[in-house]
Formats: sequence, structure tokens, C-alpha cells
Amino acid sequence: MLDIKNLHKTFNIGTPIENHVLKGVSLRLAPGDYVTLIGGNGAGKSTLLNSVAGTFFPDEGSITIDGIDVTSLPEHKRAAYLGRVFQDPMMGTATTMSIDENLALAYRRSKRRTLRWGVTNKERARYRELLANLELGLEHRMSDKLGLLSGGQRQALTLLMATLTQPKVLLLDEHTAALDPKTAPKVLEIGDRLIAQHNLTTMMVTHNMKNAIQHGNRLIMMSGGRIVLDIAGEEKKRLTVEDLIAKFSQASGEEFAGDQALLG
Amino acid sequence: MLALFQGSVSLGLLWAVMTIGVFLTFRILSTPDLSVEGTIILGAATAARIISEGGDPFFATFLAILAGCLGGLVTGVLHTKFKIPAILAGILTMIGSYSIVIRILGASNVSLLRLTTVFTFLQDMGLSNRNAVIVFGLVVVAASGALLYCFLGTELGSAVRATGSNRNMARAQGINTDTTTILCLMISNGLVALTGALVAQNQGFASVDMGMGTIVIGLASLIIAEVLFPVRNVWSRLITLAAGAVLYRLIIAVVLELGMAPTDLRLFTAITVALALTLPLIRDKFSKMGSHGKGGSKDA
Ligand SMILES: Nc1ncnc2c1ncn2[C@@H]1O[C@H](COP(=O)(O)OP(=O)(O)OP(=O)(O)O)[C@@H](O)[C@H]1O
Ligand SMILES: [Mg+2]
Repeated sequence: MLDIKNLHKTFNIGTPIENHVLKGVSLRLAPGDYVTLIGGNGAGKSTLLNSVAGTFFPDEGSITIDGIDVTSLPEHKRAAYLGRVFQDPMMGTATTMSIDENLALAYRRSKRRTLRWGVTNKERARYRELLANLELGLEHRMSDKLGLLSGGQRQALTLLMATLTQPKVLLLDEHTAALDPKTAPKVLEIGDRLIAQHNLTTMMVTHNMKNAIQHGNRLIMMSGGRIVLDIAGEEKKRLTVEDLIAKFSQASGEEFAGDQALLG
Repeated sequence: MLALFQGSVSLGLLWAVMTIGVFLTFRILSTPDLSVEGTIILGAATAARIISEGGDPFFATFLAILAGCLGGLVTGVLHTKFKIPAILAGILTMIGSYSIVIRILGASNVSLLRLTTVFTFLQDMGLSNRNAVIVFGLVVVAASGALLYCFLGTELGSAVRATGSNRNMARAQGINTDTTTILCLMISNGLVALTGALVAQNQGFASVDMGMGTIVIGLASLIIAEVLFPVRNVWSRLITLAAGAVLYRLIIAVVLELGMAPTDLRLFTAITVALALTLPLIRDKFSKMGSHGKGGSKDA
């Protein structure tokens, strides 16, 4: 479903702050794969997701979504294939617009926008149903502006928006990191439910090792701009947090040794 | 007194159209656009030249709107495609417009006295000069407000609002934010040029320097509307914008009546806008000081 080949990205090329962030990332996701992605700060996780989303273009390598090469497709054209939820609850929605208007924006992600009404009553009925499924009471607040919602409600709504048109790939970048410990599991659960319901191919970045193990069918670890660990199937099911921490330091240690060897 | 009131209302209604345009960029798109200083005279000049050549005033006004849209297009392309900051892109369009306006006018000033304007047919129906402008102004403001309101409710209009609200989100929802930005700037400057065309026909001439301070007048009207009428939905906001533009004219008329030199007007407006813009900040400070005092006593 998603095929990333030898992706390289360097920020601020040719300046003193030049930063080679992605150093040849290759990754292939089968349809329905739900991958959790972990790694230290600055490992390049967000950069990888943003490359897939088209926030910027990679310097080298290619990205294919369901057989379509999107490597040089602008962000807004790629959006038709993607659903995204960001870390910051402010990022994923238009805060000055109402709940139904936000959903309507998401619903038209892959369509031409015309002079027809932005939200129809038929749509509203459907949105009300979908919102009721979230069990957050949002179905009674459809004309409320997004700015009035809590962070958790916003992330839940952003998830619903991201999955409304059944994207080929769903990208979640630490989407529960800004939420309190009671809300975060709820939003994760809503995500799991929507992903299962539509059998979505998903990449979820998290800093929570437990979440990384409990969710999804595959776990990937990044370090220094490379994928250093890729665990799936039975092996992932048996994984413990201790295992993962051991593998984490081992992987970054190897990474470090590798760099040393290069320098030498 | 009545004359002063009528004069302010008629002028205010014409400038209300521009205020709606300024609202569209500053508030809906969250992009400050200074090209209005140029597009207002672009509109005035286009209409004045065509009318002075004996052209139909309605056709002339229509072309004036197109000229304004063109100005907005230039600013939009400079800003989105060439990544020039919005303020600078607007200034470039504004500066460029001055030369174009002089070419359109063929002089720095064209008179429309005793020529047929869009107001003439109302005057022929027996309305006084002022009342003709008020009636026509009301119709134009209502029509442009209603059209704009409908537009903002469409798929395309929603995309424009989303762009102003959150560009990243808009792109993630498949919206080409370059296109929506350009579109919004075109509509806004079309409205501004419409005001220019109507004001020129009302005052009986078009000149290069009539655009100076337009943006501050627009902002002043906008801020009067926002401070006096804290409404939430777009429909009421559009109505209050017209009220803001009229009130601005009334305030100006009164201070002139009280003896302020006309040349001091711009300074007066600039200071008023500056004060109004800092008002929320001052209010915040005071309310913080208030709550701080209470919190302090608790801590102690
Ligand atoms: N747009 C950008 N311009 C310049 N540098 C960037 C940009 N985006 C990311 N970087 C840099 O790239 C490196 C990797 O950042 P990235 O956000 O991908 O890390 P991450 O793995 O998501 O980390 P975190 O866990 O902290 O979110 C960092 O050093 C960051 O400063
Ligand atoms: Mg990150």
C-alpha cells in the first residue's frame, strides 16, 4: 500500500546548520498494516511522515502509495490518499469553523470544490451518526466552533475527519502526546476502532513504548535517520517494554558504532 | 445637521463595500493586504476614464471591479507563487498601481461633472443627490454582502475560510491554499475597486491621491464594527461592517465640524486605529492585574 524507497532528506543544505535527517529509509507497508513507529527525539520520525504527506519533497528516493508514485506530487493533491492527525490538537482542524464544517472539509478532500453548498443537510445527518459513535456527545454540538472543544475532543474529531473518506494511508504523529493520561487512551481506542473498521494502512508515531507494543501489528524503531528495528507478527505480540528498551539502546549503540567506523 | 448626517451615511455606505473587502483579507483570510491602496484608485480611474469618454457608467463600474480583481491577482501571485510576504506583495501592487492609474486617467485628475453616472437614473426619478447615493449604496452593500455570505457558505468559500483559519490543515484536506488565497485577494480587491468607482462618481472626479490612507480607513471601520458589535456569525458581521463604515464617516464629520483641520484627519484616524488595536491588550493587562491582586492576597 505504501512503498518508501531509499528516502533521503537534508534540511538547510549548504548552510552551517545543514542537517541530514533521513539517511536512506526504505519501508513497505502491506494493505491493512498498522505500524507503530518509535525512536528518540530527532530520529526523523516526523520528517518521514511529513515526506509521505508531501509537506516537503525528499532529496532522493521515492514514495509510492497504492501503486501511484507521489514523490513529486504537491501536498494538497496527495491529501486525497492520506489521512493525518498531528501532535498539536490545534493543527488538525480549522478552529474558527464549526464541527460540521470541518467534517465537510474533510469529506471533500479528494473532490473538486465548487459553488455548491459547503455542507448539506444530508451530510449533517451522516455526521451526526458518526459523531455519536465517538461517544463524546459531539453530535449535539455540530454547530459549535472547534475552538470551543477540548484537546481530546479535537483529536478524536481529527481522527474522524482523517478517516472519513477512507484514506489509503493514515498518518498519526504523536497524536495523543498533548493529551492528559485519562484522555489519551480514549483517543487511541477511537483510533484503533476506526482503523479496524476501515482496515486502514496506518503509521503511528509514539514515545510510549507500551502503546507501541499494544497497538498495531508491526513495530518500527528509527534512530539517526534510519530504520534500525522492524518487528512484526508473533514476535511483536511477545514483545515486552524491557525487551524494547534493551533493543532501543542496543540499536542506538550500533548506530553510534557505525558512525565511529565511518569516521575512522 | 441633517445634511451632515446624510452626507456621512451616503459616503459611509460606499466605503462599506471596501470595508467588507478589507474584512475578507484581514479577518477571513488572516492576511493583511495593502494593495487596496492601489486597487481603490485603479477602480476609480477605470470607471472615470470610461465615463468621461462617454461610456455606460454601469459597464464602467463593472470594468472597475475587474481591474481591482486583476490587482488582487497580482498581489496573490506575488505572495503565493513567488513567496513574497503579503505586506510587501501588497505594497508592490500599490506602488505599481499609481503609474497605471496615471496612464488610465491620462492626467492626475479626471472630472466627471455633469456626466451620466450610476446615480443619475435615481436622480432622474426625483431623488436628491445625497438620497440617490444612499439608495444606490444600500443596494450595492446589501447585494455584495449577500453574495459574499452565500459564497462563504459554498465548498469554495469554506475552503477559503479554512485557508485563513489553518493553512496546514487546509492543505491536509486537499485544498490548494495558493488558489484560495489568490481567489480571496481577487474578490476583496474587486470590492475595493467597486468602492473606488462609486466614490469617484459620487465626488465627480478621480485623482491619483484619493487612495491614500484607504487601508487605515478600512481598518478603522472594521475595528469600530468589532469593538461596538461583538457578534460571532459572519452574517451579522457583514451588517455591522456597513454600520462601522457609516459610523466612521459620522465621527469624521463631527470632528471636522468641531474644527479639526482636514489635513489632520489621517493622523486622527491613524491614532484612533492604533488605540483601538491596543485596546484588547490594555484590557487584558487590567484584567490580569485585577486577578493578580486577588491571587496575591490568597498566596499571602
Ligand atoms: N522543517 C524543518 N527544517 C529544518 N529542520 C528540521 C525541519 N523539520 C525537522 N527538522 C530537523 O530534523 C531533525 C529530525 O526531526 P523530526 O521532527 O523528524 O524528529 P522526530 O523523530 O519526529 O523527533 P521527536 O520525537 O522529537 O518528534 C531534527 O533535528 C529537526 O530539528
Ligand atoms: Mg516528531
